[in-house]
Amino acid sequence: MSFDELFAPMKEPMILAAGISIIVGAIAVVAGLTYFKKWGWLYKNWLTTVDHKKIGVMYVFVALIMLFRGGIDALLMRAQTAIPENGLLNSEHYNEIFTTHGLIMILFMAMPFIIGLMNIVVPLQIGARDVAFPRLNALSFWLFAAGAGLLNVSFVIGGSPNAGWTAYFPLAGTEFNPGVGNNYYAWALQISGIGTLMTGINFITTIFKMRAPGMKLMKMPMFTWSALITNVIITFAFPVLTVALALMTLDRQFGTKFFAMQDGGMDMMWANLFWVWGHPEVYIVILPAFGIYSEIIATFARKNLYGYKSMVMSMVIISLLSFMVWAHHFYTMGHGVMVNGVFSTTTMLIAVPTGVKIFNWLLTMRHGKIQFTTPMLYALAFIPIFTIGGVTGVMLAMASADYQYHNTMFLVAHFHYVLIPGVVFGVLAGYHYWWPKIFGFRLNEKLGKSAFWFIILGFNIAFFPLFILGLDGYARRMYTYSADTGYGPLNMVSFLGALMMGVGFILLCYNIYYSFRHSPRETTGDPWDARSLEWATHSPVPEYNFAVVPKINQLDEYWFAKKEGRDITAGEYERIHMPNNSSAPMWMAGVMFLFAFFFVFSVWAGVIVFGLATLGFLAYRSFEKDDGHYIEVAEIVETERRLGGEQ
Amino acid sequence: MSKENTSAPLEYRTHENEMKIFGFWVFLGAEIVLFATLFSVYFALADRTGTGPTGKEIFEMPPVLIETFVLLTSSFLIGLGVHAMRIGRKKAMMVFYIITLLLGLVFLGVEINEFLTYIHDGATITTSAFMSALMTLLGTHGAHVTFGFLWGSAILIQIKRHGLNAKTANKAFIFSLYWHFLDVVWIFIFSFVYLKGVL
Repeated sequence: MSFDELFAPMKEPMILAAGISIIVGAIAVVAGLTYFKKWGWLYKNWLTTVDHKKIGVMYVFVALIMLFRGGIDALLMRAQTAIPENGLLNSEHYNEIFTTHGLIMILFMAMPFIIGLMNIVVPLQIGARDVAFPRLNALSFWLFAAGAGLLNVSFVIGGSPNAGWTAYFPLAGTEFNPGVGNNYYAWALQISGIGTLMTGINFITTIFKMRAPGMKLMKMPMFTWSALITNVIITFAFPVLTVALALMTLDRQFGTKFFAMQDGGMDMMWANLFWVWGHPEVYIVILPAFGIYSEIIATFARKNLYGYKSMVMSMVIISLLSFMVWAHHFYTMGHGVMVNGVFSTTTMLIAVPTGVKIFNWLLTMRHGKIQFTTPMLYALAFIPIFTIGGVTGVMLAMASADYQYHNTMFLVAHFHYVLIPGVVFGVLAGYHYWWPKIFGFRLNEKLGKSAFWFIILGFNIAFFPLFILGLDGYARRMYTYSADTGYGPLNMVSFLGALMMGVGFILLCYNIYYSFRHSPRETTGDPWDARSLEWATHSPVPEYNFAVVPKINQLDEYWFAKKEGRDITAGEYERIHMPNNSSAPMWMAGVMFLFAFFFVFSVWAGVIVFGLATLGFLAYRSFEKDDGHYIEVAEIVETERRLGGEQ
Repeated sequence: MSKENTSAPLEYRTHENEMKIFGFWVFLGAEIVLFATLFSVYFALADRTGTGPTGKEIFEMPPVLIETFVLLTSSFLIGLGVHAMRIGRKKAMMVFYIITLLLGLVFLGVEINEFLTYIHDGATITTSAFMSALMTLLGTHGAHVTFGFLWGSAILIQIKRHGLNAKTANKAFIFSLYWHFLDVVWIFIFSFVYLKGVL
């Protein structure tokens, strides 16, 4: 590939502008860090950290940036289609944008946001000092960051993927897609996917092996349960993606015939492999959000969670069913009545455990003294909106009816109606709820609620019209349409809704700045008068989480101890063993980024050099002597005193 | 970690060790899914040979039997190695591990030769969907064996340097799990790729 082709995307003014803004932004960050002499601080406290709380914060930070990147894609799409025959974007650019919007929102916004919250909360909820493998956890984060970086680089160097986030063959094959865009797709997902798989293994081990004494599985908080089940799904779904992406790379870069149109290839196999991973993926992002809602609804309804056991059961059933429904994504590809019938049934079955959960949340609130805080508002909005998404999902699940809905805006409206309330509202609720735990002050409620109303109203205005447009036959992924179709007015309404959501997200970020300046500092560690163990320690949480690991007798032990006036964190201090920081995960991910980057362009010398360097890091880790360090009792006493603890 | 459970075998002594073994079992679960996916792909494409050869035309059983024999033996020997480790016989343990790794090399040599024969006969990874699936499945297994050889060698160097302790024993034990796993995968390849192919 020549130099000219490499930077070919830059010829487009908008992409050039995006490229320049990336460079300007990067220079601004570097200059700012240098000016304020923060490099050492950044390196020591953040880039080399293995602390699960800080890694979680970094996940959420990158997820928020990606939310804006994906959000700008969304606004551009809505702007392009707001009026008929619009010339804002050409078809190629539109293809790239809907592809990266999907990829970024699912894999580089929803996933890291969820994993970030799991990182922050799960060890605290089970009374652990860190995750099982802290170094591996840091590597997971950095691999995710490398993958996200790779996908964003594609926009300016070489060209973005443009075959949809599902990248169906033969469209994604070299015949119809000769550029490097889909190579980027394969490698960005591959690298971050390996990181996610390691997260899955790490959290399963953490939850099974590191719970506080007395915390039986059925005494775990619901968010931890949802995290456990999610990580089991991750561990069993992500290897399928690994294989699918590897086969994609082989087909595109080495001429194998897996998904080819000749020599026995089977293009539909891609769709199957993709959705065998892709459907569980939906539940990977949605189950933790269910867990978040369970925590928040119980806390702010001032009642214990209704139907704890059935909540756990329904999540287990959902996780099993999630692996048995993948073919419902392509009923129209013609695999016959029998197959469609089976997948129709399994798909509709999912509505049952999900319905159980909805009723459990409603019954938790029944007779409760509900406090309308920002997190609770998101949880309350989630229930009816998600139900609309769920019911339209059952409509789509009927294979014969799906021939009518398939590939229309009705489908697009449906999955936004499940993913936005199901995931985005969930992580935003969790973000407002756990913010004081990490930073020691609450986000401003007034600003939080204004942002909520902008987002919630904007969302419905943006997406409800798409149901109607879809039933009218408006196909998805069309970059424009003629005025005669009559799609214009509702598309304009949808655009205005999207703008409102944009305002909401800007308010949400402004709230960080405002609250940082004005919010009163929090001293109790338990600002919401909540139930689970993470509120038993100080805010912000000390490095070692709990000076004394509490003993657990029942579900919501902390809540009952509070009511009975017991202090579950009392006890004798002992020195605490903690893992050491390391810069290796960051450098290793950097090396793997370069490995993948050269692979995308088939520059084999670079691939070999950085491939060997990756193995070198593994060898370094194997031979490394690292026994961690101890926090001595004197230091614990000092920290506890500073954070306002007694004893 | 400080607390040691001295009644447990060396590799399970500390909580950290126990978690590493547990985590590795979970990882092997993920590996099973990875290979299951590759097998599914192979089964879907096994008869889709296009203009290329079928399995029956290219599979030769003698080298495959050698591969099978070599790998099964190595799996047995690494089991003996773990036993030697548990009774504290460092030297015997190292000898068993070294033979295991050498047998891994023999396996790789035969497999590479098999690939070269296919290519020589004009059946490459790009010939047909069947050849793509076959070579990817075998290649992934072979890559695992190669990685295992490097990994096992690194562990042996550490045991030579530091002797058998909770850390090195833990690594050696986890490596043995990995090696047995590769053997199990090979049994499936032997039965469902080669035997099914020639029958």
